[in-house]
Amino acid sequence: MADMKDLADAIIKGDMKTAVEVTKKALDEGVEPQKVLNDGLVAGMGVIGKRFKANEVYIPEVLIAARAMKSAMEVLEPKLTEAGVEPVGKALIGTVQGDLHDIGKNLVIMMLKGNGFEVVDAGVDVSPDAFVEKARSSGAKLIGLSALLTTTMPAMEKTIQALRNAGVEAKIMIGGAPITQAYSDKIQADGYAPDAASAVDLAMDLVVA
Amino acid sequence: MANTLKINKIENFLYGKAPSVVRCGREVEIGAGQVIPEINFTLPMMTIDDKNWCEVIKQYEEIIDGVLKRAVRLEVPQLLVEFETLPEMTNRPQWGLEITRLLADKMDRCYRDYGLKSALRLTINDVREFNRPPLMRSGKYWGNLCGILEGSAEAGADLIAIESTGGKEIGDEALVNCDVGASIFALGVLGARDMEFLWNHITDYCNRTGVVPSGDSACGFANTAMVLAEQNMIPRVFAAIVRVISVPRSLVAIRQGAKGPTKDCAYEGPYLKAIAGVPISMEGKSAACAHLSPVGNVSQAVCDCWSNESTQNIRMLSANAPTVSMEQLAYDCRLMNVAASEGIESIIRLRDWLSESDSPLDPQAYVLKPEIVLEISERIIAQDNPYEQSLEAARSATEVLKRDSREGKVKIKENELKWLDMIEQQLETLPEDEEQLIEQMLQRPEFRGKFLPAEYGI
Ligand code: B1M
Repeated sequence: MADMKDLADAIIKGDMKTAVEVTKKALDEGVEPQKVLNDGLVAGMGVIGKRFKANEVYIPEVLIAARAMKSAMEVLEPKLTEAGVEPVGKALIGTVQGDLHDIGKNLVIMMLKGNGFEVVDAGVDVSPDAFVEKARSSGAKLIGLSALLTTTMPAMEKTIQALRNAGVEAKIMIGGAPITQAYSDKIQADGYAPDAASAVDLAMDLVVA
Repeated sequence: MANTLKINKIENFLYGKAPSVVRCGREVEIGAGQVIPEINFTLPMMTIDDKNWCEVIKQYEEIIDGVLKRAVRLEVPQLLVEFETLPEMTNRPQWGLEITRLLADKMDRCYRDYGLKSALRLTINDVREFNRPPLMRSGKYWGNLCGILEGSAEAGADLIAIESTGGKEIGDEALVNCDVGASIFALGVLGARDMEFLWNHITDYCNRTGVVPSGDSACGFANTAMVLAEQNMIPRVFAAIVRVISVPRSLVAIRQGAKGPTKDCAYEGPYLKAIAGVPISMEGKSAACAHLSPVGNVSQAVCDCWSNESTQNIRMLSANAPTVSMEQLAYDCRLMNVAASEGIESIIRLRDWLSESDSPLDPQAYVLKPEIVLEISERIIAQDNPYEQSLEAARSATEVLKRDSREGKVKIKENELKWLDMIEQQLETLPEDEEQLIEQMLQRPEFRGKFLPAEYGI
């Protein structure tokens, strides 16, 4: 019998081969795809996430676990779709116009993916119009804007206005070193996160709640 | 570059003194005995566009007026002012040059009226990665970069610097994965090749115009690593090793003719000073306004210029932030220079206090300890090309950290020790031959499409 604990352990260790094998075995044995996802993959990532927040492990270890999860997801995804299970949420994340800093944004994307979000990476130097277009074409329920320069912060406000004017209803979260909660309130974003781990909590609150 | 260190004895490795002195601007002498404050500043939250341009100018006017007034009041003997362009000011060179002119004129007036000796460093921001994958040697962004460079002498710049980003396409990925081979590829192969091309171009212009080609910075690599380590994203030992790997890349600028002072955010500076003898600018505790670091004191130990990295023009209780930074730097330098005036023993005592107060506490501080800098520099220059040097840099930094943590000289967290072993194992798998590493990296699917090999002459 495929054991979901073994699957979670394989994710924690970043053991891609075992993760894929156990996922296949579980599905062959008729375990529900939702159970494989929640009790195996998400549970494993949850442990890694907690260890990361407690400063016990570093991002490379989280990335290794995330890659194991990705491989298992490739097996699991068709079954989830057949069973009508939706991803936690779909997010569109990018760095605003004029700004090329993207490590922070990439880490936010990685953490969201690791927590079951489907994420479209809009890239860097993304104009308000491009955000509107990508928001429409992706149908994302959550839009994330990142900025690192004091001179590109105003582009966040412009982007939010453009999205609202275009009738995009997705929730909008913002972040980046110079951003504050006060600024987020001022430009009427739906939320601000100071780091990648809290960005996941915020995203959950905004999309799932 | 000669295979001997320009500074090979610890008693000669001193702040304020460099084997090659840089003379520039209005009677400024860097590395000739005094530590000189380098003030840097940036805009508060605002848009840079046609509509706002007058407001942008007013900001820089307010900044430089405040800074110069404070420097005169505190009787700063010599001052370096750094103007780092923001992307809009590189992409429209006349904007960057207009601000350069404004700053230079104010500094001229202050020299005439109050005798303040000063020099203006123009740091061009590297806009080439607005194209992804970036075009490093042609295209609109390269044209913009050249545009501002070519107007810089006429606009009044005394020194030119750049924070170039060649190789960062791979560097970012390498950092978050703690992939030492990819870091070496990014810095020692791609970065080094781009630096050769870029600095050849810059020094050619400088030779024609008399502007001093100063230096580059591995900020996009090693400072990103430092910030990531501060956020507990990657182990500090990895950030420390990346710092040392960045040395050979930054040396390429000097080989192409850069004279120093090296960039303030290039914390690899002490290595460059030991190896090439150029004066260096450094930043640390007085740059906490820009980013936190674990190297606030040790970074000052052998500096020739002392900087605040950057601060935005916002109001503090006393004055605007750049003026506040000016005051802090002035006092930092005054203390160092008074110690220096008492003779070499005082310089060494202060240097060692600065070094000892940080270096046992963090591996990133430890690799900046003057004795360790000399030890590793010796090993780096025994190698022939930037790739071999970068490989040796990584090996020796790893070895030194392992050795000295065992001996209790540097504190390394329990959960980081295994990383030193893992990095060592990764290093063992790397080829001695650059071509082989290039071949391996070109095969890696995750790097495909991220950079254009031809842009690096590959
Ligand atoms: C959607 O929801 C969310 C939620 C949370 C979100 C989020 C989105 N986005 C981020 N978060 C949050 O989660 C992340 C993970 O915990 C965090 O992300 P961070 O991005 O904060 O943290 C990263 C994990 C690590 N942090 C970083 O990577 C940034 C570190 C610092 C040192 C920095 C770096 C490394 C770089 N830089 Co730049 N750089 C600085 C930075 C100093 C600082 N204080 O931040 C800053 C931001 N840079 C600055 C400057 C001036 C510049 N930079 C430039 C370039 C670069 C490098 C390329 C060299 C490199 C970028 C590497 C990269 N791939 O992004 C230039 C501009 C480029 C451009 N067009 O954007 C250039 C103009 C420099 C020049 N003259 O060339 C300064 C800003 C000044 C200003 N006016 O605002 C600066 C404060 C440094 C300084 N003190 O001078 C959180 O903020």
